[in-house]
Amino acid sequence: MTANLSRRGFLKSAAAAVAVLYVGANTKGAMAASNSADAMLNHFVKITADGRAVALCKHVEFGQGSATGLTTLIAEELGVTMEQIDYEFAPSNPAIYNNLLFGPFQGTGGSTAIANSFTQYRTAGAAAREMLISAAAKEWDVDAGALDIVEGVITGAGKSAPMGEFVAAAGEMEVPAEPRLRDASEWKIIGNAQTRRLDSPIKVNGQAQFAMDVHLDNQMVVMVRRTPQRGGTVVAFDDSASKEVKGFIMAQALPTGHGVAVYAENTWAAMQARNALEIEWDFSAAETRSSQEIKDEILAALNAEPTYNVNKADRTAVKTTVDGAATVLEKTFYFPLLAHAPMEPLNCTIEQTAEGDIVLHDGAQMPTGPHMAYQQIFELPAEKIQIKSMLAGGSFGRRATPDADYQVEAALAFIMTDRSRPVKLVWDREDDIRGGYYRPAAGHKVRVGLDETGAIIGWDHQVAGQSIMKGTPFEAFAVHDGVDHSSVEGIADSPYTIPGQALGLTDTEKATSVLWWRSVGHTHTAYVMEVMMDLAAKTSGKDAVDYRLDYLTGEGDAARKAGVLKLAAEKAGWGSAPAGHAKGIAVHKSFGSYVATVVEVSGNVDDGIVIEKVTAAVDCGIALNPDTVIAQAEGAIGYGIGHAMRDQITLDGGAVEQSNFPDYEPLRISDIKAIETHIVASAEAPTGMGEPGTPPSAPALANAIAALSTDAEHVAELPMSANGVEFA
Amino acid sequence: MSISLNLNGQTHEVDAEPGTPLLWVIRDELKLTGTKFGCGVAACGACTVHLDGEPVRSCQTFIEDVEGAEITTIEKMAEDTVGAAVQQAWLELDVVQCGYCQSGQIMNAVGLLRENAKPSAEEVDDYMHGNACRCATYQRIRAGVLRASEILEA
Ligand code: FES
Ligand code: FES
Repeated sequence: MTANLSRRGFLKSAAAAVAVLYVGANTKGAMAASNSADAMLNHFVKITADGRAVALCKHVEFGQGSATGLTTLIAEELGVTMEQIDYEFAPSNPAIYNNLLFGPFQGTGGSTAIANSFTQYRTAGAAAREMLISAAAKEWDVDAGALDIVEGVITGAGKSAPMGEFVAAAGEMEVPAEPRLRDASEWKIIGNAQTRRLDSPIKVNGQAQFAMDVHLDNQMVVMVRRTPQRGGTVVAFDDSASKEVKGFIMAQALPTGHGVAVYAENTWAAMQARNALEIEWDFSAAETRSSQEIKDEILAALNAEPTYNVNKADRTAVKTTVDGAATVLEKTFYFPLLAHAPMEPLNCTIEQTAEGDIVLHDGAQMPTGPHMAYQQIFELPAEKIQIKSMLAGGSFGRRATPDADYQVEAALAFIMTDRSRPVKLVWDREDDIRGGYYRPAAGHKVRVGLDETGAIIGWDHQVAGQSIMKGTPFEAFAVHDGVDHSSVEGIADSPYTIPGQALGLTDTEKATSVLWWRSVGHTHTAYVMEVMMDLAAKTSGKDAVDYRLDYLTGEGDAARKAGVLKLAAEKAGWGSAPAGHAKGIAVHKSFGSYVATVVEVSGNVDDGIVIEKVTAAVDCGIALNPDTVIAQAEGAIGYGIGHAMRDQITLDGGAVEQSNFPDYEPLRISDIKAIETHIVASAEAPTGMGEPGTPPSAPALANAIAALSTDAEHVAELPMSANGVEFA
Repeated sequence: MSISLNLNGQTHEVDAEPGTPLLWVIRDELKLTGTKFGCGVAACGACTVHLDGEPVRSCQTFIEDVEGAEITTIEKMAEDTVGAAVQQAWLELDVVQCGYCQSGQIMNAVGLLRENAKPSAEEVDDYMHGNACRCATYQRIRAGVLRASEILEA
């Protein structure tokens, strides 16, 4: 006990000592370790009172494995095992914890968590290691170069001691400007397929705390009845029936007019009281269009001259080439609105401390968004707002709205109270499906000209749809010369060398709020590119792999794309299939990673298609946690295929028609019988894997279905189940 | 109304209106948050608990119907032979991603293995069909159930 106490005091002073030392960064708020006995060696590495290392994770953990990944980087460089290190989520502070690819913005997205952190976290781990080693070297009077940390023990020069003994002294060491990063040959954890997820144990026993699990003392639960049509506003409401619900507290129209907030003692009371509300709406400025009208607008745009000539090609010349080609392939594609539907419905909890600070408990994907919005809403400086990042039950893009929609809604509900009670805002599944942020609808019209040998001589590609980035704070870096790159990514930057390509884009009006959805523009561009490549190969009587390889002849990008294509084909036994089965292949680069997918199907479109097997090959540079890479490929493939099979959001008179899983049916366990993923060994810098598995999955399925018989077609409109394809 | 609930081997007196889903009593009153809310309409399985050993969707199980029954949640699974085997298999294979559906997956998988100690892959798919995982961890869920079956046999 005495030893413990003195140790606490010892580390406490260490914390004070190190609080001032980190390299040039703004330390405001960030060095305040949650337990004052813990010592921060830098913004990313903490050592607890009992000598355990802790990695501070600046990215949300919503299943993609970022917590394990970032912790792996610290563990590797510091010299501890994964059993000797824990993780914590970093506070919101974009001066320190920004995404290095997003500028001064803390957030997760675009499959960048590992890509932007790889060197940063290794450097932080290495700096901590060198400081601990310097402290030991000084104390032992030996050369620091002779020491290393191995499994948490500083060792060398005939000495050894647990690193925890040197934490205080390390805090007084010079911070190395350029610590030595361990060479790849020294890596024990990076690239080790045996590494297990650090968050598995708490996710199998019910202990994992998601934002939905927050129960603050005396909290109220708020649910909002929102306008069913975008732009509708509340005129009046009657809560007399809500008052009959036990646990009902009050109802208030939100200051934005977009809904009525119902406050209750618990979730069930909030649900019932909300259902009992009578609301009179003003729909005069509201969206009234149906899905068919949106589609008609997009299809009309595809047949007009595009607003933007994306690749500055001479379209007239390209059209002339295509028109004069031996064979002309023409196809019009349509992709519906899609909801993200993360498993944990949106929610967050907000409270005010005795000091007047605002605390948000949130599975925050982009903490800087609500952090900035709250400074305005509460008229508080940044340091008076704390964001406690919780585990998030999926996102797929939904938790990262440019306007911080649900966090702002919670704040608006909170400021209508006396702030004495925390407010937990809860959405249910119906709110989620109808909640107004969707993968935008998109259309493509492609005309490809082939010569007598089947080679491509012209490719006229027109895209029309709703821009995700325009009108958001991201416009400045994502929109150039009017072109929202996210509408044409995957075509404009394709590693294929396609002769005579014209690429046009027309933005159409938004009928809903639109948002990035796992793999963003690649959700539709990969489908179109890969179906057209497949159709061209099939029409020319050529093998689908060989045909693609003809257009992947360069070094770098093209070679890596060709590499996964060949690996997937080899592993899937490309070239043959059991009787009644057929295989389709697709390959795509997105977010710097390359994925090729082979889907094997049986059955037919009338009696039901069965997805027998999916084989994927992945090149994401260095595979930090290979098993996580494989898991992300599996998940992304399922996400892509599930939605392509049967999901769409449709509007009737401006209102979303779907409401819950029965009519927005998730992929189920029986839909894909097996998935096998192979990783290309690589020494390239790591790129993301949260999204890149999604783009090639659906076109591989379409291509497999088209390969079932000579007259089988490539499905050009999604979802497949609404366009002539039955699934068994 | 006041109801006496037998949950995880303990008796709890709870005050809830008839028609209150068991899910919200477990989560909001008893503050056991391992049981999740995903859809509220028995379409996702995130809220699965055991009622007298059988998996049920607690979002569509009403408080007035469970008096006298033995209710078990994910928090008690480590003490259950089958539950512990499923958890072990889930750890070996790192089944989870976001994890939000996994309490329900595990509760349902335990129900299957109690009924059928050696299920085939098809039987796993049939039994687990109603448990949605938006992260699509299905390959590993299937493998996890089969692995748990092996662990139990050993
Ligand atoms: S919450 Fe009960 S089945 Fe979805
Ligand atoms: S692990 Fe995320 S929903 Fe299943």
